[in-house]
Amino acid sequence: MCDDSLFDFLHSEIVAFLYRTADKDDQDQCISKLESLGFRVGQSLVERFTKDCGRFKDDLDIMKFICKDFWNSVFKKQVDNLRTNHQGVYVLQDNRFRFLTQISNGKQFMDTAPRYLAVACGIIRGSLANIGVNSIVTAEVSAMPACKFQIQIQRA
Amino acid sequence: MAVCVAVIAKENYPLYIKAASADSELKFYYTVHTSLDVIEEKVSSAGKNANELRELYLGLLYPTEDYKVYGYVTNTKIKFVIVVESSNSTLRDNEIRSMFKKLHNAYVDMLCNPFYTPGENITSKVFNNTVISMMQE
Repeated sequence: MCDDSLFDFLHSEIVAFLYRTADKDDQDQCISKLESLGFRVGQSLVERFTKDCGRFKDDLDIMKFICKDFWNSVFKKQVDNLRTNHQGVYVLQDNRFRFLTQISNGKQFMDTAPRYLAVACGIIRGSLANIGVNSIVTAEVSAMPACKFQIQIQRA
Repeated sequence: MAVCVAVIAKENYPLYIKAASADSELKFYYTVHTSLDVIEEKVSSAGKNANELRELYLGLLYPTEDYKVYGYVTNTKIKFVIVVESSNSTLRDNEIRSMFKKLHNAYVDMLCNPFYTPGENITSKVFNNTVISMMQE
């Protein structure tokens, strides 16, 4: 299916473009730009995806929706592992993350891998925000192509 | 054949209100505002009663002497309110549900417009036309 590769290539190019056109001093802002890009996308995505499913009962329901239907539609697979401490912190583990599969496994590109997770973090944060859950989403790569997303729900 | 259609944001401010006739606009603003309380009550009570089917359509919120007010809340906490005339007895529940479905679809399409920032007033012509066609049929 050529639409999957279209998104993969477009995403890689967006990341590359932002880093290429940023000044030396602005390199750190690229991650936040990518994240806010994902945020707006996440807001619209979740509106479309939740149109036909029933109302969510609680946070766990929302997280299950994110791990199954949402992850399936955006990243073409389900989340492999969901852990929570029941205090508002959820860790989602994906063993073959869509944007990391094209990069070679191994230590060579570990430093630049987080760039490719920024948009995804934004998408998750935007989706949760529109559902009504304010959160902080961070990601880390332990071993390519697996990565972990940590979602911290903020209670106002 | 709705008399007034309103879209209310998550923070309970109106994003869009359209009334069929311009002189009764203020009355409808008030009606929609008071319906917000009923919506809150229904949503919080639905959360406690897990046996009830969890659907987005809330049904008849409250009847006044001239009008009936129906509500619908999306998963993203956007509320749609439709006011119809009480004398219009031919309007069935199914028709109201399909009106809400159409409204929801139009809202999602409008939100996906990259030139629209979530939270601002709705000025989209397509959305406006959808609502007008709903009020006239």
